Amino acid sequence: MEEVKDNVNLEELLHKKSEWLKGTGPKSDIVISSRVRLARNIDKFPFFNWAKPNQKEGILALVKDAALKSKFLKKTMFLQMKDLSEIDRQFLVERHLTSPEHVIDPEYKAVLIDDREIASIMINEEDHVRLQVLQSGFNIIEAWRMADEIDTDLGTRLSYAFSDRWGYLTACPTNTGTGLRASIMLHMPALVMTNQIGKVFQAISKLGLTMRGFYGEGTEAIGNFFQISNQVTLGRSENDLIDKIGSIVDKLVGREESTRNILMAKNKDEISDKIWRAYGTLKSARIITSSETIKLLSIIRLGVNLSVVTGIDGTQINELFMLTQPAHLQKIEGKILNPNQRDYKRADIIREKLKG
Amino acid sequence: MQCDICHKEEASVHLTEIIDNKVTKLHLCENCAREKSTEMEEHFGLADLLSGLADLVPVTTKKGKFPSLNTGVDIDVGIKCPGCGFTFQKFRKIGRLGCPNCYDAFRSQLSPLLRKIHGYDRHTGKTPDKKRVVKDATVLLGDLKARLAKAIEHEEFEEAARLRDQIRSIEKNDKSESKENTGKKKT
Repeated sequence: MEEVKDNVNLEELLHKKSEWLKGTGPKSDIVISSRVRLARNIDKFPFFNWAKPNQKEGILALVKDAALKSKFLKKTMFLQMKDLSEIDRQFLVERHLTSPEHVIDPEYKAVLIDDREIASIMINEEDHVRLQVLQSGFNIIEAWRMADEIDTDLGTRLSYAFSDRWGYLTACPTNTGTGLRASIMLHMPALVMTNQIGKVFQAISKLGLTMRGFYGEGTEAIGNFFQISNQVTLGRSENDLIDKIGSIVDKLVGREESTRNILMAKNKDEISDKIWRAYGTLKSARIITSSETIKLLSIIRLGVNLSVVTGIDGTQINELFMLTQPAHLQKIEGKILNPNQRDYKRADIIREKLKG
Repeated sequence: MQCDICHKEEASVHLTEIIDNKVTKLHLCENCAREKSTEMEEHFGLADLLSGLADLVPVTTKKGKFPSLNTGVDIDVGIKCPGCGFTFQKFRKIGRLGCPNCYDAFRSQLSPLLRKIHGYDRHTGKTPDKKRVVKDATVLLGDLKARLAKAIEHEEFEEAARLRDQIRSIEKNDKSESKENTGKKKT
């Protein structure tokens, strides 16, 4: 059996940059990350929410064992939710290694995370197995290939619930079939500034895809980040689904790029002014909320990509989005902070990181 | 008609809510309706939206428990999954199934629902059985060819050779399959 660190403390991760935040993939000035998630269930067991405690324990052991034997998951951290503090669980959610649903009622739930934080497997989420591959930049095909490989390998040791007619069977019929959800996170400030984003929303929904603001609640999108995912999972092959979302994101990237060029050609001074003001605020603020931080970092991110702001590394901006979230702040500080204290701490960290 | 919330704009959206058999009607302007719908989205999760979807499946019951205006397919909402004891009625309520067997037990009820959600009610794609990995060879082939071109461009010859072999084997299978199927109608 491979060497596995059970429930190590997460300090290690805290000082590491997630692979998906490195900003290294193709089109990473606009595409933050590409994610593929596969939902699977073990045959002959009820879906997690209705399974008896001993069944839940059995599933956990089965999937853990199957995953740890995988040649694709050699350096893996296995974390049981019940052993983690509230902050640590939130920390994993903020790093996109687990879903917000997965940390509620932690009993019998676990997550396996590979050392580069690219692949993770949630055990006993709504479905028994939720395999996720998260890549930096516009890398959806690569993410799918990797997820496919790991899934095929796991499938040799796990007996998945599958029907010829309806494919992989999931607790919710919106996931059945391929069980595949591809999600691409995009930063599209130029399309927002020029009021084109509403049209994008409309077009996307007609194409079997969904788009939502990444930060913020309801219809309010903070920071111009949007996540696009496939809605259909049944009746189209995985390649087909990946292809479709890829080609649409490709068009959006093209549109955002050309709009950025137009903005720079026509409104360079106004854009530069906006960017430098955002920079000034972040460099000087003593108290700052999370939503103001996201708004301003978004503008600076654009500034770095347009080469208006120089001397800042794009990765550093990406990292600040992560570090300024509540659980990250509290882990850095090493203690629980109330929202007001977090606003102070957040401003401190930003000033520190942006100090030239 | 004026909007029931802001009492200013003309109402263009008409909402009927039924809570505990009490019917309330709201007439809203577009802006207030949008706010109201966000509020509702926050209150109701996906499961609720889904169980709303399940209502789209026409239901008439013999027991008369769920009187419906639809006189569609005769579906017994009391039908039970032999695997876990889940009833279709319970699925309608929470939007989640009990176990993999439920798909078989509620086959005729789920089929129209899945078609509404996905536009299809038949799986295409990966299977756990290695021998029949992907059913739509043409899509896979296109993907493989694109990857082959990329591999050659990046001088990854080992990968290119692997892809070339995969493409050959699929093309070979395709040919033999189409020969087999001549004269036969594929369903």
